Amino acid sequence: MQTWETTFNQLMDALMPQLTAGETLAVSLVAEESEFTRFNHAKVRQTGSIENGSMSITLMGNGRSTTESITFTGEKAADWPLLQTALQTLREELPQLPEDTYLVLPEGDDHSREVYDGELLAMDAIAPTLLPQLAGLDAVGLYAGGRCVRAYADSAGQRHWFETETFTLDYSLFTESGQAVKGTYAGRHWDNAAYADNLAAAQTLLEQMSQTPKPLERGQYRTYFAPAAVADLMSMLSWGGIGEASIRRGGSALGPLQRGEKFLSDKIHLAEDFSQGQVPRFNQYGELAPLTMPLIAGGQLKNTLVSARTAKEYGIPSTFAEGGEYLRSPTLAPGTLAEADILAALDTGLYVSNLHYLNWSDRPNGRITGMTRYACFWVENGQLVAPIENLRFDESLYNFWGANLIDLTQEVKFIPEVGSYGFRDLGGTLVPGMLVESFAYTL
Amino acid sequence: MTVTPLATTADPMDLLTEAIASLDLPADWVGIRATREESVSRSQRDGKPEGNRRSLQQGAMVEVLVNGQIGYAATNRLTVAGLRQAAELACQQAQAAAPWRIHAFSPEIRPKVLGVYQTFAEKPLKTLTTGHAHELLSRICQGLKVSDQIVQASASISAKEVDTWLVSSSGTQVHQQFSFFTPSFSATAQAGPIVQTRTNNGRGHAYQAGWEFLEVGDELWASVQRIGEQAVELLTAPECPDMTTTLVLAPDQMMLQIHESIGHPLELDRILGDERNYAGGSFVKPEDFGHLQYGSELLNVTFDPTVEQEFASYAFDDTGAVAERQYLIHNGILQRGLGSHESQARLGVPGVACARATNWDRPPIDRMANINVEPGDRSFGQIIGSIADGVYMEANRSWSIDDQRFKFQFGCEYAQRIRDGKLAETVRNPNYRATTSQFWRSLSQVGDRSTWQVFGTPFCGKGEPNQIIRVGHGAPVCAFNNIEVFGGAG
Repeated sequence: MQTWETTFNQLMDALMPQLTAGETLAVSLVAEESEFTRFNHAKVRQTGSIENGSMSITLMGNGRSTTESITFTGEKAADWPLLQTALQTLREELPQLPEDTYLVLPEGDDHSREVYDGELLAMDAIAPTLLPQLAGLDAVGLYAGGRCVRAYADSAGQRHWFETETFTLDYSLFTESGQAVKGTYAGRHWDNAAYADNLAAAQTLLEQMSQTPKPLERGQYRTYFAPAAVADLMSMLSWGGIGEASIRRGGSALGPLQRGEKFLSDKIHLAEDFSQGQVPRFNQYGELAPLTMPLIAGGQLKNTLVSARTAKEYGIPSTFAEGGEYLRSPTLAPGTLAEADILAALDTGLYVSNLHYLNWSDRPNGRITGMTRYACFWVENGQLVAPIENLRFDESLYNFWGANLIDLTQEVKFIPEVGSYGFRDLGGTLVPGMLVESFAYTL
Repeated sequence: MTVTPLATTADPMDLLTEAIASLDLPADWVGIRATREESVSRSQRDGKPEGNRRSLQQGAMVEVLVNGQIGYAATNRLTVAGLRQAAELACQQAQAAAPWRIHAFSPEIRPKVLGVYQTFAEKPLKTLTTGHAHELLSRICQGLKVSDQIVQASASISAKEVDTWLVSSSGTQVHQQFSFFTPSFSATAQAGPIVQTRTNNGRGHAYQAGWEFLEVGDELWASVQRIGEQAVELLTAPECPDMTTTLVLAPDQMMLQIHESIGHPLELDRILGDERNYAGGSFVKPEDFGHLQYGSELLNVTFDPTVEQEFASYAFDDTGAVAERQYLIHNGILQRGLGSHESQARLGVPGVACARATNWDRPPIDRMANINVEPGDRSFGQIIGSIADGVYMEANRSWSIDDQRFKFQFGCEYAQRIRDGKLAETVRNPNYRATTSQFWRSLSQVGDRSTWQVFGTPFCGKGEPNQIIRVGHGAPVCAFNNIEVFGGAG
């Protein structure tokens, strides 16, 4: 049986010569073979295998552009007729479209190939490996593992292949009263000992959740956010934050920073960093992003995510972002707070492990609302006192990443992406924890 | 080997039936659900094309029940050999997991059923030409730009035709043909640091229909102009005041309110704990069904997949359960949950036909379909006329609720103060927050049929692995007493 890479390359080698003068073509591929085992109360709820692939073919010509997505099975005999039909459909549609002022034609001859093999659990070993160690626990979660592919080819000569075998185990452990802790174990090589250690750490934290939760009045509290919570807050910048198009069109939360109306702490250093190879460096235009690029340095906006299309519209340089101008491999630089000093530095306030359901409540002003979730504690005089009843917050990033930011931790943690809408997400976020003064809780 | 697109196969049901007949597996039940989805989306910004996308995706999910455990395997290789291979894999999945199963399911969770369903489309989607679509989008963008303060005018359409075939070893044969149409437009106005966006009903126009919703003539163009004008109007409007007051919600915000604080908490898989690691649980307990005073006695809520043109109508769910209208809440009392045959068997409470999957590559889970608040007896004029001091809000723009579906905060695009029984000045950045029980028990007036409108969204997210699903929500204008409202950061 052919590999997907061989099939993709053969399809592209056959397709590109079919173009006529004035036609330009770009093809993106996303594909995966995944195992999913979902469990609740440490028992299997649903289990299955999914093999899926989709090719997006963009035809450009005469200043116009149109795209069709079709099934990719990985078998040339099956995929070639669909590809030819798609090309014909696009050719028929192209002349009917209005001219696209901001169309960007691919150029260059960049090639890249990254293949990361893994050692994953075999399908029939997933439940027998995971569940015996969860016996007696109220455990709920999802194991997802398998091969993921992202690829690109165009008629200018660019071609990229990114293939990785990864797994994510995303789980929660619950007490009888409904208090919970979150655990995540992810990587390319499954290790039973590492799984046991991960689970043991979560169980230790769960024991601290057994006390009666402390209800808190709404108000402003000094708060420590663990790295997973910081990653959630940072993810909001992908949604109308760091994208140049959003800033230009008035809706960005970083508009006030860009205009010099509001400021961030000089402790904030945000960058895109592809050096760990978690996600492909190439984007939908076939462009390779720089290995690292500072976005916010010392609280100052240094670069934004600029796609080739936005660059053309506003006559500015591209920073090789995806069309959606979202963060792909973000890192937030550490601070000076030692792990061992977190509780003492917090003194009295909230220790927040995770957040939930974030949304902009006033995006142009950078205000975010959301909930605390999982292992969140009330701390007094540097000692964990009790878990809390979950609180709603509503706070501006210009406060918690601005004047109210006390420090970031020395240690940074990789928070893996565990999402799987459409296809499994790749990569994650490298972030420290952070200590903040006067964070606003509202309900 | 050649994979033939399902639509051009003489009868895809024959392929699936042949595949099942060819199997020799130690299984108690086998089913195949195949899906073919053909879609077109087009968008413009400021009258210039932003995107032209077509999609043709197809595949099948094979489910195999062995020793009380279902295993599944999804493939896009639509041949007898491909489906057989998937069935064998699904069988192995079930066998491997059966010793750790959460419940011993019987084949009754996948009932035998025969039937067809088809959306009524006055103007079939394929008759909307590329040129006419862009002409309409361009005209909408022009209509939205009522002022130089409009910095962005956007318009888009999404048209999708979906066929699903369900065949099983117990004799099920179902074919459903859906036509989904989602038009959307928005205007963003800016004056210095103040930015305001107004959309057509919070992007809630999502229908099961043809493209007739773009052919409504004067009504459409009046709406386009109003959206543009209101975006500009909001720039100089005062902030919504911070106060506890009577809140009146339009149907385009009721959609979100119903979805988040009635639909999700009533899902039986959340109550069973399946979703606790991702979407969350529910404050509703199994013993609450038949007893809990969910809202005031004015609150009547139905699960109704039979409403023509509502986004999530269907005749059968993705397991073959027959879809029927049911009361979820009657006169304020909780009656039943949103749960499939599987969840009903596990929890022992009544449910509905709501096992749905986003596509062929995901297993069905408990989902909303159309969840509607039934109309009451008050006209819009009567509702507003009875309120001495309050706030009227339209169109959702921000939403967040906790993992038990209890503490929420929602924001809207547009609001007006109510003073002495009349709509008064416009206010911007309107938000409100409450707990679910407090909110629905504060329901004090329910609008009549003249105020009732249907909206929907294709983007309800849930499940592990993740899935989005289409939902519809119909509601009248409603009033709620003593709700905390507030404005933006200023």
